[in-house]
Amino acid sequence: MNTQTALFEEDSKRLTELCLKLQQESYAKAVFLLDKDGQLLSSVGEVEEIDTTSLASLTAGNIAATGGLAKLLGEREFPVQVHEGEVESIHISLVGERLILVILFDNRSSLGLIRLKLKHSYPELLQVSHEIFNKPPEEVRSVFSQISDDDIDDFFSFD
Amino acid sequence: MSFINYSSREINCKIVYYGPGLCGKTTNLQYIYSKTNPEAKGKMISLETGTERTLLFDFLPISLGEIRGFKTRFHLFTVPGQVFYDASRKLILKGVDGVVFVADSQVERLDANIESLESLENNLREHGEDLEKIPFVIQYNKRDLPTAVDLSYLEEVFNPRGVQSFEAVAPTGQGVFDTLKAVAKQVLVELKRGDRHRAP
Repeated sequence: MNTQTALFEEDSKRLTELCLKLQQESYAKAVFLLDKDGQLLSSVGEVEEIDTTSLASLTAGNIAATGGLAKLLGEREFPVQVHEGEVESIHISLVGERLILVILFDNRSSLGLIRLKLKHSYPELLQVSHEIFNKPPEEVRSVFSQISDDDIDDFFSFD
Repeated sequence: MSFINYSSREINCKIVYYGPGLCGKTTNLQYIYSKTNPEAKGKMISLETGTERTLLFDFLPISLGEIRGFKTRFHLFTVPGQVFYDASRKLILKGVDGVVFVADSQVERLDANIESLESLENNLREHGEDLEKIPFVIQYNKRDLPTAVDLSYLEEVFNPRGVQSFEAVAPTGQGVFDTLKAVAKQVLVELKRGDRHRAP
């Protein structure tokens, strides 16, 4: 029953270009794109000081919990969340059914500007997202087809 | 759901530690964290109540090495064990690649184990998964306690299918890495098997 998501070089590049454009035009500090399982697909901007793996996991947990809350109240989901801090704020939004966009911003930008620029970028992000998750099976040449049983045995031979 | 990033050459898989309250799920992750090289692990996140009970989840990303040039990372999660957090448990199981059921060996926790295992099966089913078809290992924890039930009895009750199982004393590390290695290996074997089936 396992399914795999694969992010290929060309799709990764397109996503990163879109995130970078959004980050620069909105004067955001950083932009992250992740899937609902908490896997990071792209991160641009001032990300060196940020634990991106933790950020992705916590955001996905937050989205899952908020989604559960929405269903409890009879809503399909709450597609946008904003958390405002004293210095930094986070804008979290869903991109289609599978992706989460996180925009980190400070006083160089504003919530209004973030919303405006996101509105412009959204259709293209949605399009790429759709292409990634709806690839025909024959195009998904998984690395697992090249991995042998011996490779797996060797991998677990450590003490 | 596993995630393969060809751009950063990474394979990411999700493993969930499931079990009743206070069975030692978080202790498993804490031991793994304490014994893993700093460069191979990320930050461990624990979303707890004020009384050290897991509220939403614990999360620990670890890297076990490379296969064919791909860095292979496992995202380890625990679920909150207490009965009334079932909605949270269900959320954490979404997209899972492998499950460890941590059973509390003490006789007074047998019913709690049974209830938890049933909730695991039900919650997986709600995600369209079947416990019999996904990578799954059982860990009998707290083997050092005087009220621990005989292993043969626990196996009879909790493991009729004969999946891989391990005895453990999580605070000392006994059985902790054996459990992790077993489930991680099953996950990779299953991913490879699934890939073979999917080939046109």
